[in-house]
Amino acid sequence: MAGQTLYDKLWSQHLVKQRDDGSALIYIDRHLLHEVTSPQAFEGLRLAKRKPWRLDANLATPDHNVPTTLLERAEGNAGIKDPVSLIQVQTLDDNCQSFGIEEFRINDARQGIVHVVGPEQGATLPGMTVVCGDSHTATHGAFAALAHGIGTSEVEHVLATQCLLAQKMKNLRVRVEGRLGVGVTAKDIVLAVIGRIGTAGGTGYAIEFAGSAIRELSMEGRMTICNMAIEAGARVGLVGVDDTTIDYLRERPYAPAADLWDAAVADWRALVSDDDAVFDKEVVFDAAEIAPQVTWGTSPEMVAPVTGSVPDPDAEADETVQGGIRRALAYMGLAPQQKIADIRLDKVFIGSCTNSRIEDLREAAKVARGGRIADSIKLAMVVPGSGLVKRQAEAEGLDRVFIEAGFEWREPGCSMCLAMNADKLEPGEHCASTSNRNFEGRQGYGGRTHLVSPAMAAAAALAGHFVDVREFHAQPQEA
Amino acid sequence: MHALKTHRGLVAPLDRANVDTDLIIPKQFLKSIKRTGFGPNLFDELRYLDEGYPGQDVAKRPLNPDFVLNQPRYQGASVLLGRRNFGCGSSREHAPWALEDFGFRVIIAPSFADIFYNNAFKNGILLIALDEATVERLFQAVEANEGYRLDVDLEAQTVTTPEGEVLHFDVDAFRKHCLLNGLDDIGLTLEHEDAIREFEQRHRQARPWLFRQAG
Ligand code: SF4
Repeated sequence: MAGQTLYDKLWSQHLVKQRDDGSALIYIDRHLLHEVTSPQAFEGLRLAKRKPWRLDANLATPDHNVPTTLLERAEGNAGIKDPVSLIQVQTLDDNCQSFGIEEFRINDARQGIVHVVGPEQGATLPGMTVVCGDSHTATHGAFAALAHGIGTSEVEHVLATQCLLAQKMKNLRVRVEGRLGVGVTAKDIVLAVIGRIGTAGGTGYAIEFAGSAIRELSMEGRMTICNMAIEAGARVGLVGVDDTTIDYLRERPYAPAADLWDAAVADWRALVSDDDAVFDKEVVFDAAEIAPQVTWGTSPEMVAPVTGSVPDPDAEADETVQGGIRRALAYMGLAPQQKIADIRLDKVFIGSCTNSRIEDLREAAKVARGGRIADSIKLAMVVPGSGLVKRQAEAEGLDRVFIEAGFEWREPGCSMCLAMNADKLEPGEHCASTSNRNFEGRQGYGGRTHLVSPAMAAAAALAGHFVDVREFHAQPQEA
Repeated sequence: MHALKTHRGLVAPLDRANVDTDLIIPKQFLKSIKRTGFGPNLFDELRYLDEGYPGQDVAKRPLNPDFVLNQPRYQGASVLLGRRNFGCGSSREHAPWALEDFGFRVIIAPSFADIFYNNAFKNGILLIALDEATVERLFQAVEANEGYRLDVDLEAQTVTTPEGEVLHFDVDAFRKHCLLNGLDDIGLTLEHEDAIREFEQRHRQARPWLFRQAG
């Protein structure tokens, strides 16, 4: 018999009941909640007079709606100016309190974007099933946890039954072999992958990211990659356990300690695909060939190397693709064959569950150090992923680096990733963003988003347009 | 959840691929804590010429006359015809809530994004995947014939065109059963309460660290 993939192992370890029709009941170890997708689920529980199945599996924090300026945050929930946002955050607080669910509230140092908070607390562990009413739950797969986004009906289902009705996915392995160039990061890998396989390339699959370039990445980098598996259509992204995983988790608050730690580690070591495991599909990339990536369109697959240019729709054979490119270029205000490096920017956003962890901020700070944002940039902001990331960055002096270069240093939250709070683009503005979605209107009505890595975003802020961060690195910088 | 056994409805064509959840319902409308009332803001950025925000009187907003759902011939449509990868993007269930609130019961497209597929069925919307060539033919037929209606029979898994052509579609047995009977997933799962408890106990013994709290 052939070996098992990591996904197969995780699936079978959580299988409660297999149904004849192919669907199955799987047990959920960790359920993360935020204010946007949970209120209707709690309402449903109340209406049906049901109770949460296992309280300690749940962990909540507000992130999407929280304001990010120090002044507003000083007032706690009262600092949320938009009354509807305030109701959502308060509703989460009330629901967590009345049902007895642990919540990191707005001014708790542990508050932050739910996908930054879970791993940081060790609340995401290898071998877990992790769900959250948010598609970027795929992030947690970096820990060899079976993690994916669910809808609000499913949030209610998980609260009430500790299980999820699921269908087994197929296995896709994305292997990235070799060494990344200097200045090329995890974000560039995942954008290049999406550029090649497309936004539906992973639909129906759990993607395991493997190969020497993935092994070389830190946990932060692996999270960036798994985070965007959903942008390739896959609900699940995974990376097998190794020393990097285990070192990251040691002494995290929710991680096991003492004897339990040793037993856990022994168990986790098996959370890799067997050598003879069979994948339904495999795609291989050469890390050395990946250049820093920039999206030019309104879908993450509309991406090009920074050295390249915007495509010409006339060169496409497929009419739907042609139409898609035309529509995207019109929306983005770009011309066919325009050079990526000629795209001028109005705003820069460094943050989101894709790239707001300490390593991301270090990479951006390395580029920003000693520089000054271009006069044409109206706003460049850095939004740490959690209160603890912020604290760590400040301890390293990164906040000073950013502030001296002209960036705004903000309080943790989703912020301009989806512009549910006050941070947003004006119509027509171009933004270099480290987030994960460049859909129309995502960062504000009529806003134009270009997805890039933190280093590329910082370089773009200083130059006022996109620049190849590899050359930027090569230039001697003032201390 | 309401049941859906058969449905006959006017078809509206939405001719673009990768229709994402932000397009279906822009995020400024996600701030509601209710499940209903999203219909007026379905496809907000395409439907209206101004920027939408919650609490507006939509009757006073300028409609985009070019948007398909605003055209007189598609008023009252309950079947949406789309292109590939319909519903991609976020996991927000507001997308099917908005589609349902607007009046769509059936969506036909060559393919759907995974999470959206789940969410739609849970909210009583039937998603039908047909091959690209068939969908293309339907687009042409809908655009050529005003008042084009399709008959959908979930039990038989068929779509019947006005010309009398019968198109077969696949749907998994469980989702079909739930939709035919309007069943609530949670109630169904809790019928297995004992199996869940038993599993949980074994799981806790095998991997106690998964149950540990911060200490
Ligand atoms: S940072 Fe952006 S993508 Fe991530 S959870 Fe928040 S809104 Fe969603």
